[in-house]
Amino acid sequence: MAAPLAKDSPRIAALALGPGFGAARKDAKERLERMGLPGRRDEYWRYTDPAALNVDDAPKASVYDPGDEAPLFDRVDRVRVVFVDGVFDAAASDDLAMAGVEIRRLADAPDLSWANGLYGTLEAAGQSPVARPFAALNTAAAGDGVLIRVTDRAAKPVHLIYVHKSEASDPILHHCVKVEPGAEMTLLESGPAGARFNKVLEIDVAEGGRFHHVRVQGRDHERRAVTHIFARVAAGALFKSFTLTANGVLTRNECVIDILGDDAVAHVAGAALGDGATGDFHHDDTVFVTHAAERCESRQVFKKVLKHGAVGVFQGKILVKPGAQKTDGYQISQSLLLDDDSQFLAKPELEIYADDVKCSHGSTTGAIDETALFYLRSRGVTREDAVALLVLSFLADAIDEIEDEGLKDEIVARLEAWLSRHRG
Amino acid sequence: MLEIKNLHVKLEEEDKQILKGVDLTVEAGKVHAIMGPNGSGKSTLSYVLSGRDGYEVTEGSATLEGAELLEMEPEERAAAGLFLAFQYPVEIPGVGNMTFLRTALNAQRKARGEDEISAGDFLKLVREKAKMLKIDAEMLKRPVNVGFSGGEKKRNEILQMAMLEPRMCILDETDSGLDVDAMKLVADGVNALRDEGRAFLVITHYQRLLDHIKPDVVHIMADGRIVKTGGPELALEVERNGYADILAEMA
Repeated sequence: MAAPLAKDSPRIAALALGPGFGAARKDAKERLERMGLPGRRDEYWRYTDPAALNVDDAPKASVYDPGDEAPLFDRVDRVRVVFVDGVFDAAASDDLAMAGVEIRRLADAPDLSWANGLYGTLEAAGQSPVARPFAALNTAAAGDGVLIRVTDRAAKPVHLIYVHKSEASDPILHHCVKVEPGAEMTLLESGPAGARFNKVLEIDVAEGGRFHHVRVQGRDHERRAVTHIFARVAAGALFKSFTLTANGVLTRNECVIDILGDDAVAHVAGAALGDGATGDFHHDDTVFVTHAAERCESRQVFKKVLKHGAVGVFQGKILVKPGAQKTDGYQISQSLLLDDDSQFLAKPELEIYADDVKCSHGSTTGAIDETALFYLRSRGVTREDAVALLVLSFLADAIDEIEDEGLKDEIVARLEAWLSRHRG
Repeated sequence: MLEIKNLHVKLEEEDKQILKGVDLTVEAGKVHAIMGPNGSGKSTLSYVLSGRDGYEVTEGSATLEGAELLEMEPEERAAAGLFLAFQYPVEIPGVGNMTFLRTALNAQRKARGEDEISAGDFLKLVREKAKMLKIDAEMLKRPVNVGFSGGEKKRNEILQMAMLEPRMCILDETDSGLDVDAMKLVADGVNALRDEGRAFLVITHYQRLLDHIKPDVVHIMADGRIVKTGGPELALEVERNGYADILAEMA
């Protein structure tokens, strides 16, 4: 495959702009033309080969059969918004009307004034200091998505459900969420969406707003995904995002958070499980948190459980700008390798330009603790069940980033189901 | 109940013989104590019996009610009725004490071909046992041993023992790190479990635990062997004169 794709890549030239947001899309395409699509020689893609994300047509991915398993978040009262291979499915979705929350389909509502100031704006701001070409491509070409404006405390979560039906689908979705001052919402996402999924989520949390995000990526073994979260967090606001990834041949999740107002809180966490015995697994979390205000707190908590040749990558950065005093920044990335075949590549970074801050980062790679394993077995727990318990124990810090107990239970149930299917 | 014959054990990693022919029979309903100086092989004996990795049995046997222990996996030994109260109970963050107890109890029941305990019965049982050991609801909810004091950890070991109802209980230096009050609480928990169908092997450095858990038989272990066996008075002799006299007498 011809690696670093030139700026004059035929894919870029042939890229058709999506509906509405003409100026933002045109700008994004120009950004993409300047950047080009990434190649292995790009420092930011050193540990993850973007070739399959670059090629014109999505490599095929068979659809995962969940059997008789209950759909995720089924016990949670929520508003479902369904996309099938990247296209909004009104018949499968709930009524989108909810007090305090305006939900519009991207393809139908290009002229919303609040959305015009947001669509592509955070993505564009997030292109510096590191280029994120797939996000620019998304802004230019996204075919669908939702625009959500929260003006009050949302009565229930909004759940974006991404159904994968066609083996060669190549959906591009772009969502914008605007949380107005003092408003609060929970956004849930689940499903693979397609064979190759490119998604951008732009979130603007205004003063005192609260945004909670829980995402579970599809388990289709051959699916590929490149996703970006761009968040802007204002004074006194809260942003919390958790992602569970199990399976998937290639996943690159980028998260760019700009903390712009004082006393704000931003947490981003992820738990990933990969078993090379059921298909190649390469999972990359790339996170960039910028502190540009005083007394803010950020946390990055990423855990990966890898076996049978699975690969995990973490690139995480905390940038503390001049004047961002009393910053409390924390970053931890850890992997649990269940055999000798798997690998974890981590690049933790701190860049600090303020002198009164508390920032720490850590990264570890380890195996199952034999003493703990023996302790559990000595109480009668079988070796396999003991390993599963210790995996849950390892992931606990990441899962604990989910505030809502009901959502946490859903995630733990999904984890337990995965562990019981991947014994030995 | 427990029958150990001519047990020889060396470390797997290095060529070092730890147990050099241990013979020991513990009858049902009895409490045996093993005392001995540091490095005599007491803890190794408890680990080998419960199936910890890192040891190689070079000779001898150990049976629990006639079944050969040394060939079983640790979880099979537990299901067969063996329990080891750890000298250093292990912390398991993210796993609730209750979840752990129920998983262990049900695993053993399953291994014995019994039905799982119902959630209601389990709760009733755990509350009853915990009350006796002064373990409150908060401690039951917390992750296994995380942030527990030394005394709480040891009480938690005895709670597991009370829940799992093993027939052969080994207590490995359960008194270490305990103040007098905590030791009494732990001893009361153990004494409540004493019955005709259950046997105990209490490993300790000091006689003081044996003031609270009264042994029927006391063994002195040194250099990988049981060198002397007697009644409770043997523990008092150790307390008065130390091990040196006994060892000198043996030499």
